[in-house]
Amino acid sequence: MNAPVASPIERAEKLQGLGSSRKRVEDARFTQGKGRYVDDIKMPGMLYGDFVRSPYGHARIKSIDASAALAVPGVIAVLTAADLKPLNLHYMPTLAGDVQAVLADEKVLFYGQEVAFVVAEDRYAAADAVELVEVDYEALPALVDPFHAMDADAPELREDLRGKTSGAHGPRRHPNHIFTWEVGDKAATDAAIAAGEVVAEELVSYQRVHPCPLETCGCVASMDKFNGKLTVWGTFQAPHAVRTVASLISGIAEHNIRIVSPDIGGGFGNKVGVYPGYICSIVASIVTGKPVKWVEDRIENLMATAFARDYHMTGTISATRDGRITGLRCHVLADHGAFDACADPTKFPAGFFSICTGSYDIPAAHLVVDGVYTNKAPGGVAYRCSFRVTEASYFIERMIDVLARKLGMDPAEIRLKNFIAKEQFPYTSALGWEYDSGDYRTAMEQGMRAVDYAGLRAEQAENRAAFQRGETRSLMGVGVAFFTEIVGAGPVKNCDILGLGMFDSCEIRIHPTGSAIARLGTISQGQGHATTFAQILATEIGIPASMITVEEGDTDTAPYGLGTYGSRSTPVAGAATAMAGRKIRAKAQMIAAWLLEVHDDDLEWDVDRFVVKGAPERAKTMAEIAFAAYNQAIPGLEPGLEAVSYYDPPNMTYPFGAYICVVDIDVDTGVTTVRRFYALDDCGTRINPMIIEGQVHGGLTEALAIAMGQEISYDEIGNVKGATLMDFYLPTAVETPHWETDFTVTPSPHHPIGAKGVGESPNVGGVSAFSNAVNDAFAHLGLTHTQMPHDHWRVWQTAEKLGITA
Amino acid sequence: MGKMHVKMTVNGRAVEALAEPRTLLIHFLRENLDLTGPHIGCDTSHCGACTVDLDGRSVKSCTVFVAQANGADVVTIEGLAAPDGTLHALQEAFRQNHGLQCGFCTPGMITRAWRLLQDNPNPTEEEVRYGISGNLCRCTGYQNIVKAVLAAAAELNAVKEAAE
Repeated sequence: MNAPVASPIERAEKLQGLGSSRKRVEDARFTQGKGRYVDDIKMPGMLYGDFVRSPYGHARIKSIDASAALAVPGVIAVLTAADLKPLNLHYMPTLAGDVQAVLADEKVLFYGQEVAFVVAEDRYAAADAVELVEVDYEALPALVDPFHAMDADAPELREDLRGKTSGAHGPRRHPNHIFTWEVGDKAATDAAIAAGEVVAEELVSYQRVHPCPLETCGCVASMDKFNGKLTVWGTFQAPHAVRTVASLISGIAEHNIRIVSPDIGGGFGNKVGVYPGYICSIVASIVTGKPVKWVEDRIENLMATAFARDYHMTGTISATRDGRITGLRCHVLADHGAFDACADPTKFPAGFFSICTGSYDIPAAHLVVDGVYTNKAPGGVAYRCSFRVTEASYFIERMIDVLARKLGMDPAEIRLKNFIAKEQFPYTSALGWEYDSGDYRTAMEQGMRAVDYAGLRAEQAENRAAFQRGETRSLMGVGVAFFTEIVGAGPVKNCDILGLGMFDSCEIRIHPTGSAIARLGTISQGQGHATTFAQILATEIGIPASMITVEEGDTDTAPYGLGTYGSRSTPVAGAATAMAGRKIRAKAQMIAAWLLEVHDDDLEWDVDRFVVKGAPERAKTMAEIAFAAYNQAIPGLEPGLEAVSYYDPPNMTYPFGAYICVVDIDVDTGVTTVRRFYALDDCGTRINPMIIEGQVHGGLTEALAIAMGQEISYDEIGNVKGATLMDFYLPTAVETPHWETDFTVTPSPHHPIGAKGVGESPNVGGVSAFSNAVNDAFAHLGLTHTQMPHDHWRVWQTAEKLGITA
Repeated sequence: MGKMHVKMTVNGRAVEALAEPRTLLIHFLRENLDLTGPHIGCDTSHCGACTVDLDGRSVKSCTVFVAQANGADVVTIEGLAAPDGTLHALQEAFRQNHGLQCGFCTPGMITRAWRLLQDNPNPTEEEVRYGISGNLCRCTGYQNIVKAVLAAAAELNAVKEAAE
């Protein structure tokens, strides 16, 4: 007699599928120092590349003399724009429809720009030679302030675009103008605001910051002349897109290019773009016939590879006297730096900034974004957020608070009053997005209960009274933020990058003995894909997660996909994984029917097996079916058990959350201590709660860094004022508070497993929560808004201006 | 540039090589000895990804010349597991507590915590936070790292008590 079959619950637990806090399969190698990151790659005869960079924000290059550099023992070559021009490689396309100089052509346009590429036998010789390349510059007036970019007398930056009155996103009305993007109903919004009983206005700036993953960007390019194949290992968040771009730029047929993303030491948007270092390494490998490694150092990373934000957002918001919002107007001045290298879907030059109506039912809204060139590094990537969503969320969450002050309303109360109601979903916003699902009130109220919001406000009232009486020098601030993300780009009908539709993919092979391999078009940079995608599959196909290998990042083996950024892996590739799993199950059902000699329709799926309806003792497990797929001749069925799915999402997903932050500010020093931070996230179906919480902790810490200290700033002649980790704020374990996490679950109605994505939510919601808390601490003194970052110096200045410092 | 003869003990093994005196210890470990566990994150001794143990102290090996390490006893992440492959309590605790994500800071973080727990076998949470504040992590927000170090301390103390 057969052993009794374990219960469905016991069998499901063994699978470690959806909902299991399964430990990560990635950890064994990382905890033993056996990860394989790009700088760990070592090949015979490998050369090292290093850049000569511009010491000016804006200057003409009069001459470049590399003779002393070439005399350094071990130096093989020094590449300049003059070498790349005959190959037509001195400019490369950006992701935003602009071009970017690979090596500066006649002019440098930002501090740290790539001017020459030294190739040497070891990294020390390359660094020595960089110091010896003589570049003669003629300094030009630098354009640093974006508010003066379109002045009549502003210096012309992009001589290469002279005479082009139109760019990738429409007309340009000034040599330093990139695009104007307009969304919404201007007339209706103007009318709503004109009729507003209460109107609030504010300039909300989101400073230039940098994703700063702990591993910088780099690559190893290797051209094998004998078989004509170029292989590039590198820090690529979108390896397939890099392959296509590399093919288009170089003219090498795409099948002869292999792009591999090895382990990646954090990305956060920094590793989406294509950088001059990659192109120069490829050229150097083709020229020398040897593998060439280029890995930027931290200073280069912070001053030259993709920055984020730099949005200056002027808002007007109107409401009735009792706090019902009636209209929202927003103008954004977007500082894109010297080249437009934003990583946004083609039709969205300001990304998804039009999600700026947030979580609120705002009947009329109008948005205009103007992108301009300045003498700063290019970029504009989504730093741990979907495209420009953190900017949008920060904008609306600050505007709501500014309006609340004017109305004399509590920040939580005004949010509750204006939330899109649960019954309104799917909800189409005034700026055109169809929000798939949400239950904002439940989340907000759960958060308010968890922190005893009324108690916090009572404590704050006491603190203010005590401050007034001179009994304390500390002010308490309570920051409330509610965010709606828009992630999972995206439907091919309106989302593409460089013409590549933003679907994603998964290919599954079931092995004869019932284990499996799944390959995806995405690439993990710490998110734990090898762990979580196996969990999705375990639930779909009934094979334990521990018996499923997940492989990503090698374009020779992985199906085509658009990569990992914008929290798109779970919404898009996760959906592809589930759908491919369902194709496996469909074929498995036919095999099981043949084995059990019943009709397909007489079978039902039970965790890890097909059972005959009404006869549960008659069953075939997925492992048995897998073996049969390879050893039985089944009429009408091909041998094998494989499937591939390319998933084009019908809509974006809309994760949301309620965050509450409590800070204590010492007004005499500006020292701001985060006393408490509560984060409720609703990311739909939860795949691995342990990993979700880890993602939330990390995203909140990045939000803390941005709100409280990060800034890439320039002086008036375009020098970067600080580009080391001495200047650029990364919080340590000491400043980082304890994070309290919580959740609700509102599954996405259109995603196969209802998941929405979570990695970036905490950054999107977190920045507003911190900033609102700092502003709130001074609100009773008349402060409506003060710009980030809220470092001690700026907070102290705010207190000083309010006349409350010692 | 002329090369010097350097000798040191790395993970219990005597090594010697010719290297330029200016060679940074991190490059010597990674490129001459193929110990790629310690990483380079900032080049300015802020991030701690390159942390190794040198004569009983945690050092940032991007800021140590190989000449300064001549004759030293160096331990890297690769030297923490037992010779039979059994993981150190810290390595196991980082996995159990989800104390890592991208893994780039992890070798330096664990190597630092390894020295911290020898200096202070019973740290408070605050002491752990101060003790690892020379090591930056961009992914985890530290909460689970701190949890992992405290869990490893408890485990190591339990093993020690059982042995006594």
